[in-house]
Amino acid sequence: MFAQILMFIGAFFMFVAALGVARMPDLFMRLQSNTKSATFGVGFLLLGAAIHFWEFAISIRALAILIFLFATSPVAAHMLGRAAYIAGAPLWKGTLSDDLKGQYDYKTHELTAQPEEQQPKPRKTGEKRTK
Amino acid sequence: MTFLNTLSFGLLAAAFILVVIKMFLEPSRDHRILALGRAISLDLMATLAIGFITLFAVVNDKKLFLDVAMVLALIAFLGTVAFARYLEKGK
Repeated sequence: MFAQILMFIGAFFMFVAALGVARMPDLFMRLQSNTKSATFGVGFLLLGAAIHFWEFAISIRALAILIFLFATSPVAAHMLGRAAYIAGAPLWKGTLSDDLKGQYDYKTHELTAQPEEQQPKPRKTGEKRTK
Repeated sequence: MTFLNTLSFGLLAAAFILVVIKMFLEPSRDHRILALGRAISLDLMATLAIGFITLFAVVNDKKLFLDVAMVLALIAFLGTVAFARYLEKGK
């Protein structure tokens, strides 16, 4: 009973993810709907399966699938989003900010340090040295 | 409580239909962007298939189907990464 309620919640969230992928105006928004809501829904479904077969080997297997999906889904979404940005996918017309604009070198596939109009600020970590 | 299971199956099937329709009605401007949109739909379809197999395993009380879901999760991740790498290089 409890497992079935969990699985229904998971199926509902997967339906919401499909609705988001079908209806969102922008490729990045669709990616966000895909990766977050669908992973959440499939997590509930696998948790329901782990509770339904209350047995060590099977429940561990279901939890292993869950952990693998939670680890790989952001990686896949990041790679798709990066490819979409490089391909020049148009943003939605109501988008407020594009932080990567002017900082990405399309030839060498590297982040340049700062855009021209902005004053370079010293940063502690994570910045690529320029010569 | 088979009614709730049937309802879950119905929701997943409706999600599948929505994604397939979206995959074929992708607005096409640039072929790379079109292919990326379809890759997103394919990724969601693989996740939906994992959920569908899990639900099927629970309803029919077949434990072995969880192995199928695991293999599908591995293959779907590899497929998405390969798609993204290929489309990122481009031209």
